Amino acid sequence: MSQITNEGLILACSAIGAGLAMIAGIGPGVGQGIAAGQGAAAVGRNPGAKGDVTTTMLLGQAVAETTGLYSLVIALILLYANPLLSKFLGL
Amino acid sequence: MGNEVDFMIHGLIPLFGGKVWITTTHVCTVIVMVTILIFAFAARRAILRGDPDHPSGLQNVVEFLVETVANLVGSNMGRHAPKYINYIGTIMLFIFLSNISGLFGLRPPTADYCTTLCLALFTFVLIQYNNVKYNKFGAITGLFQPLPILFPINLIGEFATPLSLSLRLFGNVMAGTIMLALFYGLLPIFVKIGIPTFLHAYLDLFSGAIQTFVFSMLTMVFISEKIGEN
Repeated sequence: MSQITNEGLILACSAIGAGLAMIAGIGPGVGQGIAAGQGAAAVGRNPGAKGDVTTTMLLGQAVAETTGLYSLVIALILLYANPLLSKFLGL
Repeated sequence: MGNEVDFMIHGLIPLFGGKVWITTTHVCTVIVMVTILIFAFAARRAILRGDPDHPSGLQNVVEFLVETVANLVGSNMGRHAPKYINYIGTIMLFIFLSNISGLFGLRPPTADYCTTLCLALFTFVLIQYNNVKYNKFGAITGLFQPLPILFPINLIGEFATPLSLSLRLFGNVMAGTIMLALFYGLLPIFVKIGIPTFLHAYLDLFSGAIQTFVFSMLTMVFISEKIGEN
């Protein structure tokens, strides 16, 4: 392992960074789970409002998911449209 | 498809010496638009020829769709609803057909950030138009509420709306596309029989429908928030 090129180093670190970025997936998972649990509790208390509760829950879950998707976009950029390569290597 | 992972956008026809390309996104968008057009012509034909008192066939479907959208918009926007039913219905139809086009072997047009950014910019223009129309100078002074020092944060907040709208739709559809491409590309052949049905049902149909709903719902919420009480 004496020969590590600059490009290889950048690509390897980018892959690690993409993996680290996806740790953000924990947040939306917890948030969506809490929203779903509260939604189930609300339907249990008031089964008549099932439609409204489901609508509100899905909307809230989709908004909570946004942060996870930001991390996904960052991971995709690091893997497939890496800005560091062109910046440092002039490729 | 072979044993390779493939979910990127491909350039098909070079224009202007390779600077601009006709990509798979354009082709798939055109296919989706033609589908919508054919559906619209068929619906027009069915309604013109149908009996208004005894609807049947496609006319029933169209009336059900229109009533569903009208109820959804009406329950969210109140008396301002009639102006926005057309817009909401259009983006719902386009986004939903784009999202489920992965079922038919296309690459979903909404898995390209350009498409979703365009859709979100439409919404952004509508939001700001209503902001200026109903709040007059409040559109400017509202940025300095509740404290003048919060002006930069409020400004960023205004521009974060189209960004988060477009990234949410793009991220969801792109994630589904990547998952299916990985499944089809990496796994041995005997796993690819039958099992992708459930993946398609969740990633394309369910997720696509949810994201369609969320996009149009948030559009309505943001617009009616700017319209306010007056």
